[in-house]
Amino acid sequence: MIKDITQSEATEDGITDKQIDALIAKHQTDRNGVIDILEAIQASYGYLPPHALRIVAKKMNRSLVDIYGVATFYQAFSLRPKGKHRIVVCLGTACHVRGAPAIVEEFERQLGIKAGETTPDMKYTLETVNCLGACALGPIVVVDERYYSKVIPTQVRDIINNSHSGDRDTADSHQQQKTIGEAVPS
Amino acid sequence: MINLVINGLPVAVEEGSTILEAAKYLGFPIPTLCHLEGLSNYGACRLCVVEIGEGPKARLVSSCTYQVEEGLKVRTASARVVKARKMVLELLLASCPQSKVIQDLASAHDVRQQRFRQEHEDCILCGLCIRMCEEQMMAKAIGFRNRGENRSIGTPFDMKSEECRLCGGCMYVCPACQLRCTYMEPEKAICGGCANLSPPCLEKSSFEDMMCYMDPCVACEIRKD
Ligand code: FES
Ligand code: FES
Repeated sequence: MIKDITQSEATEDGITDKQIDALIAKHQTDRNGVIDILEAIQASYGYLPPHALRIVAKKMNRSLVDIYGVATFYQAFSLRPKGKHRIVVCLGTACHVRGAPAIVEEFERQLGIKAGETTPDMKYTLETVNCLGACALGPIVVVDERYYSKVIPTQVRDIINNSHSGDRDTADSHQQQKTIGEAVPS
Repeated sequence: MINLVINGLPVAVEEGSTILEAAKYLGFPIPTLCHLEGLSNYGACRLCVVEIGEGPKARLVSSCTYQVEEGLKVRTASARVVKARKMVLELLLASCPQSKVIQDLASAHDVRQQRFRQEHEDCILCGLCIRMCEEQMMAKAIGFRNRGENRSIGTPFDMKSEECRLCGGCMYVCPACQLRCTYMEPEKAICGGCANLSPPCLEKSSFEDMMCYMDPCVACEIRKD
């Protein structure tokens, strides 16, 4: 039996068809613009709700597999809600040889999640990327647009705590960041 | 009409045909795996390699996707081609050794061993099932998902598809999954257990979760619920 997933999900994440429709109308060009639309949805909700993908497929007269294929192809899209803080560890070649895998492991251990996952309390999402273009300063960790360079595993705890404190007190976060690693001018 | 030379024999074929078609016309055998008449050409398996051009400019192309050009010189069985083809077969064997189709192809080309790390994939991502589903069955129930080493074929969200009409076309064309059952891993999608006359799963005690997302199974009609 095929359940009407559309209905149940709509109520769950409180997304109405209207909102999605509006985003589609704004970005649709002929039969293209799928990526633009998905980007807009991702920007509004922080992820791509399955329900939204179904609406997009229907509106664009495409099969759901097409939309789903695009949504899963690009790293920028996420099908799962993201945590409040986004921790990105570079696993590019340069960072890799400078010990990034150990950093990832440490994050995984401390947060209790695997790379690509989000903590159950929706606070942190741990991701990896393949090069951020600052290889000489590797291993690089980015937390909510804040860059940490030459990270070593013992700093991981501080980095996590720091992102946390940044919630309440953005003023001295800059200060703290300096004490942890060299700030990378971005 | 386009004139080209295949293995030294001149031939004229219609514009827009592929090297594979021209070679078939002349009777030169080229092995294929991801090519099927009636479906679009996809060029995934590279088994159909041929060599075109001459001298230092000679290069290998997949004949099922390469359209004929005026004056093209093609060799379908040069040493380089044979070597490349064997390598492709070895790689296929390395990823999906249980496939009867691949085994047969390998033995036909005298490949008895492969030198890569042995894996046991369910799928070689040839895309035959996707094209079957879309182009012949007009369903578009399955497609590629993710990318790179995570690429896989299946339905969106791994859920039973609303488009799928259980035609079984995907299993029919699959070169990898015949006579296989994923048993306890239904998420591995197309199980092919049902293509078997007496599915191995029938003997097992628990029937839950052993069928693919196409349940109820087309052939054996064991229901999951
Ligand atoms: S490899 Fe990490 S920034 Fe380039
Ligand atoms: S048959 Fe040509 S690439 Fe597979």
